[in-house]
Amino acid sequence: MIKFTNVFKAYPKGGLALKDATFHVAKGEFAFLTGHSGAGKSTILKLIYAEERATEGEVRVSGFNLADLPPRQVPYLRRRLGIVFQDFRLLEDRTAEENVGFALQVTGARRAGIEARVMRVLTQVGLAAKATAYPRELSGGEQQRVAIARALVNEPTVLLADEPTGNLDERATRGVFQLLRDINASGTAVVMATHDLDLVRQAPYRVIELQDGALVYDSAVDEPRGEQSGGTP
Amino acid sequence: MNFVMREAMLTFRRAPLLSALSVTTIAFSLFVVGLFALVAVNVQRALSQVAERAEVVAYLLPGTPIETITHALKDIEAFPEVTSASYVSEDSALARARRELVELQGPLRELERNPLPASIEVTLKPADRDADHVGAVADRIRDFAFVDDVRYGRDWIEKLDKLRSVLAAVGLAVGIAFAAVAVIIIGATIRMTVLQRGREISIMRLVGATDWFVRFPFLLQGLIKGAAGGLLAVGLSYAAYLLSNRWLMMRTEFFNAEQAAAIVAGGMVIGLFGSWISVGRQLRKV
Repeated sequence: MIKFTNVFKAYPKGGLALKDATFHVAKGEFAFLTGHSGAGKSTILKLIYAEERATEGEVRVSGFNLADLPPRQVPYLRRRLGIVFQDFRLLEDRTAEENVGFALQVTGARRAGIEARVMRVLTQVGLAAKATAYPRELSGGEQQRVAIARALVNEPTVLLADEPTGNLDERATRGVFQLLRDINASGTAVVMATHDLDLVRQAPYRVIELQDGALVYDSAVDEPRGEQSGGTP
Repeated sequence: MNFVMREAMLTFRRAPLLSALSVTTIAFSLFVVGLFALVAVNVQRALSQVAERAEVVAYLLPGTPIETITHALKDIEAFPEVTSASYVSEDSALARARRELVELQGPLRELERNPLPASIEVTLKPADRDADHVGAVADRIRDFAFVDDVRYGRDWIEKLDKLRSVLAAVGLAVGIAFAAVAVIIIGATIRMTVLQRGREISIMRLVGATDWFVRFPFLLQGLIKGAAGGLLAVGLSYAAYLLSNRWLMMRTEFFNAEQAAAIVAGGMVIGLFGSWISVGRQLRKV
């Protein structure tokens, strides 16, 4: 599904953001990416959705080899992924359902089918009743649910979430996390970058930890470790 | 397609001020170009009217037999540069002088002998009314034995030639300069629209929109703004034309349908070009 083999990423001015990363996320898996800010979590996600290109090494996502993916193929890769951000990235002047429908419209989906699919995912995230609300009329947790609905509407094989609970209070955090778990339970792989260790401890999922661009721990291959030795403050 | 059209229209509704700014910028830029074109069209027209009078007159020796003249007329009309050659007898020359030179009517009536010579008046084809051709025709006519003298306004034909080429060069340079300024200004206003929607563009790309899908509404928008600006420019030029006719008491002419359509088409091309560049730059950034 997602396969990194000896991947390096250097930014022209910022030095090495990723050093020799090798890991594999299987179909239907849930994996946390943890580490300090600047450890390389977002870089890994950006490499997955081809916002950035690896300087060295091989990145494979959903059958695409990203090293030689021509730029015009990138949209087709992204249609197989769902992407969620800390700052939601909703269009302020469109309602919840328009924001979700937008993701279908840009792929050239037929208008007739859009409405039903939008309502289905809004129901799935528990926001069917607020379909016609604008983002400013929704709480942070609700806005993130709209963003998740938008990510889901194209039925992605992988959902990428970059600090999805970073802007949310505890209650909203629990709700959004539960939603991601439900989505994973229905077969979609989830890769979630977070530095919220409480959240990481709540679930028995795989943990990939990064430090200064290097992969320092992967619960799928390394020995389980105690509370003191691992994690980030 | 439906979606693209709606997206293009959405900007007009969401950012009416910015859209109005783009349209008026295009309109005024094209208006300046249009005004200049209007002046150029009228000057060219005036010059060609002047040039129409560029004729060669051959004065004949007294007593030249009419058969010789008729023969010569045919020869001259056969010249490739010549449209017509006509004979003006001594009598009709005097009659014309009496008619046209009103202030000399008294002295002319009292003349006992006609002092005016007979002549052949030659008109040239429009394309051959420059100094070189006129001079060549005059030289050939001078070779006829019965021709006393040949006159054509050599000086003013040469001046007219120079005036025409200077006007053409200045017109081209100023036109290109104004068009370039228009493209830059229009590009900037469309770029503002693109920047305003930068967030939207980045979201569109994140959810898998192709570059063409992102680009298309902007191109359509540029095209519509360009057309609206072009129409407005034609309207402004027409107003200027009406004003100049009324207040400057000049009898000028307006663009014909093709020229007006060319201004609108020019607006569309500029709008499209400006959008293309602005969106392209934004697409490379996000």
